[in-house]
Amino acid sequence: MRFEGSRDYVATPDLMLAVNAAIKLQRPLLIKGEPGTGKTMLAEEVAEALGLPLLQWHIKSTTKAQQGLYEYDAVSRLRDSQLGDDRVKDIANYIVKGVLWQAFESENPCVVLIDEIDKADIEFPNDLLRELDRMEFHVYETRKTIQARHRPIVFITSNNEKELPDAFLRRCFFHYIRFPDRDTMQRIVDVHFPDLKKDLLREALEVFFGLRDVPGLKKKPSTSELIDWLKLLVAEDIPPEALRSQDQRAVVPPLAGALLKNEQDLHLFERLVFMARNNR
Amino acid sequence: MLIDFFLHLKASKLPVSTREFLTLLEGLRDGVCGQAIDEFYFYARTCLVKDESRYDRFDQAFAVYFKGVTEIPGLDKELPEEWLRAMMKKHLSPEEKAQLEKLGWDKLMDEFRKRLEEQKGRHQGGSKWIGTGGKSPFGNSGYHPEGIRVGGESAGNRTAIKVWEKREYRNLDDSLDLGTRNIKVALRRLRRFAREGAAEELDLDGTIAATARNAGWLDLMMRPERHNAVKVLLFLDVGGSMDDHVKACEELFSACRAEFKHLEHFYFHNCVYESVWRDSRRRHAERIPVHDLIHKYGPDYKLIFVGDATMSPYEILHQHGSIEHMNQEPGADWLRRLLDAWPAATWLNPEPERLWPYRQSIEIINGIMAQRMYPMTLEGLERAMRQLSKKT
Repeated sequence: MRFEGSRDYVATPDLMLAVNAAIKLQRPLLIKGEPGTGKTMLAEEVAEALGLPLLQWHIKSTTKAQQGLYEYDAVSRLRDSQLGDDRVKDIANYIVKGVLWQAFESENPCVVLIDEIDKADIEFPNDLLRELDRMEFHVYETRKTIQARHRPIVFITSNNEKELPDAFLRRCFFHYIRFPDRDTMQRIVDVHFPDLKKDLLREALEVFFGLRDVPGLKKKPSTSELIDWLKLLVAEDIPPEALRSQDQRAVVPPLAGALLKNEQDLHLFERLVFMARNNR
Repeated sequence: MLIDFFLHLKASKLPVSTREFLTLLEGLRDGVCGQAIDEFYFYARTCLVKDESRYDRFDQAFAVYFKGVTEIPGLDKELPEEWLRAMMKKHLSPEEKAQLEKLGWDKLMDEFRKRLEEQKGRHQGGSKWIGTGGKSPFGNSGYHPEGIRVGGESAGNRTAIKVWEKREYRNLDDSLDLGTRNIKVALRRLRRFAREGAAEELDLDGTIAATARNAGWLDLMMRPERHNAVKVLLFLDVGGSMDDHVKACEELFSACRAEFKHLEHFYFHNCVYESVWRDSRRRHAERIPVHDLIHKYGPDYKLIFVGDATMSPYEILHQHGSIEHMNQEPGADWLRRLLDAWPAATWLNPEPERLWPYRQSIEIINGIMAQRMYPMTLEGLERAMRQLSKKT
C-alpha cells in the first residue's frame, strides 16, 4: 500500500514520505499546520486513494477518550428493564461501540481520523496511549479484550491549541504541513479549477501572496480561502484586469472579504492601500 | 554511524528518545525511504521531531552531521565563476588567495566554506555576517544578507541547496521571538484548573448514569464547580515611553484574555496613582479610583504589572510628581498599597534586562516590588509565572 497523492489532492514529497512511513510501520501520523492547509482532507484522500473505509472521530472540548472506545448505555437498559424487555439480561446489548472499536473489528484495514485532538482535555491523548500503541483495549462491563484485526491507519490532526504530552508524541510520526509555495499553490489551484484562465490565476496568485506578506495581519489568508475566493471570482466573472491595478495605482482587490475574514485586518489593509495611493 | 547521529541530535538539545530511534531503524530496515539523502532527511524528521518549532534545530544539527556526506552539491554548475572570484576577493586575505589559485575548485570551495565558518565564530553566531548561521551562504535560499542570489526562485535550482540548509522553519523556532503563542505557553504555567471547595452543582448526566446503574433508585450526584482557579489583575502602562512596546504589550494582553477566566485589566501611565482607567479613549472621563479596586477584588487575585518603569524618579517618589496631574500622594505609596492588597504580584518589563541598572526608576520600582521584576522574554515570563504561582 502506497500513497502517491490523488487527483484532487496535491501532496508534497515530504508529506507523501511521512504518510507512507506511517502506513508501512503502522504508527499514527500526527499532522499539524496552518489552518486551511488540508490536514483533515489528507485522511479523506488517503482513504479514497487506497480504497479503504474512513472512520472519523471529531474531537470537541467535552470529548472523553472512553467515547472513542465504547459507551455503556445504562439509561436504555433501565428503561428496557421497566418494560420487561428480554434484551436487558445481556449487558452486551447496551454497549455502544465507538469509532476505535469499529475500526479494530473491521474486516478490512481502514483509515481512522482523529480530528483536532488539541480541542479535548489536556489528558485526552494520555488516555489513548495504550489503545493506539497496542491497538487493543479492555471492556470492563463484559470483561472482554478487544484487539484490532488489522492495525488501522491513524491520522491525528492538531491546531496547536494545547501542547500534547511527550509520551503520546513519541508513539506518533509527526508532519508539519507548511504553507505551500507558489508552484505547489499553482498545482493545487489547477486541481480545483482545471479550466481557469491562466492570466486570471496569475493575477490572483499575485494578489494572494502579496496579501500574505502584508505585515501585521492577524489571520493570513490560507489555501482554502484562496480557493473560495477564486470560486467567487469565477462566479462573478471578474476579468483579470480588475485584479491588476490600473495605471499602477494600488486598489483593494474585488471581493477581498473572502480572503480577509477579520474586520481589523480588512481595515488595516484598506488603510495600507490608501497610504500607498497617496504616496504616489 | 546512525548511533552517532542519534547522539549528535541528543547533544544538539533535541528531545529524541530511544524508542523513536528504534522506530527510525525499523523504517530503514523496511525500506520506508530510498537511498537518497533527501528522503532520509524527511523520514528522520517525521520520526524524530515532534514539534515544528524544533524543525529548525533539527535542520541545523542535520546539516552539521551530514556535511561531509553531501558536500555542497551542484555548486559547480550553479555558481558563476566570476561571482565566486568576487566573493573571494572580499573575504580572503591575499596570501590565501594566492594559495588557493593553485588549488582546484573543490579544495577552493572547502576553504571558502571554512573561511565563512571562521567568520561566523568571530561575528557572534554569524547573525550579521551570514545570517543563517553560515549553513547556506550561497544559492537561492535568499538568506544571504548581502542579497546575493544565484538564479531565480524557480524550482530548477533546487539541487543547489539541500532542503535542510534552507532552514525554512526558522521563524517557527520559539527561542527566537516572543509571539502570542509563546506567551500563551508561558502563561499556561500560571493557569491551574482546580476543582475547589465543596460539591456545588447538580451533575445531571452523572445523576442519570448513576441512577440507571443503580437499577432505578435515584442516586443524586453532585460535582464541584469547575473553574480556573487563577484570577488576575493586569495593570498596563500606556503612552509615553511605552509606545515602543505597545505591540509586545498588545500580544501579551491578547494572550492573557484567552488564558484566564477571571482577568481584569486597567491602564495607567508611567506609575499608578489614585485612579486608573479601562478604556484609553475615555481615560479622562472614566477613571476608576484605586481604592475601589482594592475593596472590590479579594487578595486571591494575582497582580501583574506591565510597564517599562522608565520615568523620572520624581514621578515615583514625590507628591505632585506625576506629569499628568497633581497627585496628593507619591506613586510609591500607591504601589505599596496595591502590593499589600494583592501579595502575589509581579512586574513585567519589556526593556532588556541589561539596561535596568542604568535606569534609576527601574531600580526604585524593582525595590518596591521586592525584586519581582522580570524581562518580557519567554524565559523571563516563565520565571515570573513560577514566582506568581508559588504559595504565599
